[in-house]
Amino acid sequence: MTHRLLGRKHSARPSVRALDRADAIGWGILAVPLLLILFAPLVFSEFFVSVILTKALWLGIAAASLIFLSSYAGMVSLGQVGLYGIAGFTMANLVAADDGVAAAWNPWLAVLAALAVATAIGLLFGAVSSRSQGIYFLMITLAFGVMVYYFFSQVTELSGFGGVNNVDLPNLIGDPGKDPAPLFYVALVASLGVFFGIRYLARTPFGLAMQGLRDEPDRMRALGFNVTLHRTLAFAAAAFIAAIAGVLSVWYNRRISPGSVNLNQTIDVLVIAVIGGLYRLEGAWVGALFYALLDNYSREYTPDIGNFLGPERFNTLIGIVFLVIVLVSPGGLVGLWERGKERIRAASGGSRSRAGPAAPDMPPVQEPVP
Amino acid sequence: MRLPAHGRHNLTRILGGAAICLVVGWLLVKGADDTRQFTVVTLNGLTLAALFFVVASGFTLIFGLMRVVNMAHGSLYLLGGYIAFELQKGSFQKGGGGGLENLSITSPTGGAGEYNVIGWIVPVLLAALAIGLIGVLIQQLFLRWNQGQDLRQALITIAISVILADQMLAEFGGIAKDIKTPESWPESVTIFGVQYGFFRLVIVTGAALLVGVALWWLIKRTRFGLIVRAGVDDREMVSALGINISLVFAAAFFVGAFLAGIGGGLGGTMVALEPGEDTSFLLNSLIVVIIGGMGSLGGAAIGALLLGLVDAYADVYLVFGDTDLTNYSILVTFILLVVVLAVRPLGLFGRPA
Repeated sequence: MTHRLLGRKHSARPSVRALDRADAIGWGILAVPLLLILFAPLVFSEFFVSVILTKALWLGIAAASLIFLSSYAGMVSLGQVGLYGIAGFTMANLVAADDGVAAAWNPWLAVLAALAVATAIGLLFGAVSSRSQGIYFLMITLAFGVMVYYFFSQVTELSGFGGVNNVDLPNLIGDPGKDPAPLFYVALVASLGVFFGIRYLARTPFGLAMQGLRDEPDRMRALGFNVTLHRTLAFAAAAFIAAIAGVLSVWYNRRISPGSVNLNQTIDVLVIAVIGGLYRLEGAWVGALFYALLDNYSREYTPDIGNFLGPERFNTLIGIVFLVIVLVSPGGLVGLWERGKERIRAASGGSRSRAGPAAPDMPPVQEPVP
Repeated sequence: MRLPAHGRHNLTRILGGAAICLVVGWLLVKGADDTRQFTVVTLNGLTLAALFFVVASGFTLIFGLMRVVNMAHGSLYLLGGYIAFELQKGSFQKGGGGGLENLSITSPTGGAGEYNVIGWIVPVLLAALAIGLIGVLIQQLFLRWNQGQDLRQALITIAISVILADQMLAEFGGIAKDIKTPESWPESVTIFGVQYGFFRLVIVTGAALLVGVALWWLIKRTRFGLIVRAGVDDREMVSALGINISLVFAAAFFVGAFLAGIGGGLGGTMVALEPGEDTSFLLNSLIVVIIGGMGSLGGAAIGALLLGLVDAYADVYLVFGDTDLTNYSILVTFILLVVVLAVRPLGLFGRPA
């Protein structure tokens, strides 16, 4: 059982194992898109950088907050969009903008306030919901997420009539409409920070305890760990990550409205997380990229099938994609990738025993049963 | 289940008690100001609770037996309403009647006096039957073979709800529609000295009571209910005893979805049918069963009552002197949820799985 307590079960690449050929091929294939993304503004059109890549980066952070909770703490939350909405609305109201409070603070100060408010509310949500587990936790967080939407729909002092528009941006970002590169790099740095921050957090004593609670809550409780406290803190950490996505989403759209945090958006982020693979952190951005591409290009290529499917019916398309992924490959796209590598291993006769258990090809989608 | 330390438990109770006293006191003060208004608001809350109960009882029934959180429940509610609306408009219009093929020709702006009682009851029941069958279809196609993977099943029903919501938008548009009441029903009745809508008071409340009694009878007094109750406690044992549990599951899913359809007919007449109502009723069902405890029928009744009354009172009585806080009424619902979960994490009548 020790390996489970050390959290090897879900982490994507056990560090103990040396790189084998399949991994080498995998990294070789991955290196090209990674380099392309690093120099994206030089390679791609402004449209692609802005509408596809930047959007994928901030959506990826939102999905990462969900995947962080599900993979390391075993908590699948549908409240992340509500939390990023709180961050987004807090910031949009504190800086100069049309509608809303428009307090005209310094944008960076507003960012700090937004992160603090969303994390504090995340702490509250977490304290209430973290005594529940599994599907109960999912329902409670969903109820919270939807309540945030109704709150901002009703309180027009904070959301204006139809949203807070023309939100003031920091000078660093300039005008994304003219030059999308600065915002792209800000989102890239934030994504890298979130990715490596989560990887670091998972290796701290807190992160290890969190993974222990995921696998063996009763045993950890017997060892004297405060289960509820750890789950609450994990939820607050995820709220902080979601808040980063919320801030970036407002900078990206230059506006926020109740409609940007409704149930559809909650489901979109869930879809991204599931497409990427609910238990793999890097899947967040893979899923987000896939989603952004689908969102943009499907409208041109979707065939018209009466009223059922067509350019107008993007939600039907994404619903079908979501359904197929959940039915066929619960590991999402990253799960397919891992399976592909297994194929290469099998083909090259690699019956070598692997030190340390690797990620399961098809992780169970349900919560680990305590 | 783990109990919190004694001191904290007492503190929670004292705080909860104090909060309840404050709320009741405030309601009494406000109610004494204007008793007629108080009666109307209370009736609003009770009739709303009746509608919530009809919808949420189906949700909790499905969960109680199968541990399936049917996230498409709100979509089934809305679809039931739309189907009843189209049936009524297409086939039961007095004089102008003429089959489903004239759907687009018949004018949507009919007054309240165009239908008889049959023209309301039959479309609503037919729509509910259709929704029940759709529910069984969903269960058989998508949920039957992954029984026990509750998260995966929740994700599947979320995907179905996304598709259904979008298809309903394509089919029925974004404009609010409502099912017409029969002309023979009075507009309003007088109760406790106030005029109140007949449909809300008599039909919706009556339907909720009927559903409550019928479900109670079904679960406590019939062989089907016996199996359902046994299945809730120990599914494997029930099927080991030679009972066809798959059939029971399908039947329970039918009843659960049927209730969503009935709710759609009632809600479509009482409130309105429009995109977004599916979200709204999913949220209501979630809150009702989170408060009442998943899988408990009595819990659903209490949860619906609490939510309906809190909604109705918060919409009117959240005015303190000159400050009007009725915009913030959703916060009161949130506080209700927080208080219940703080005292009982599994809901008022919830039991650990």
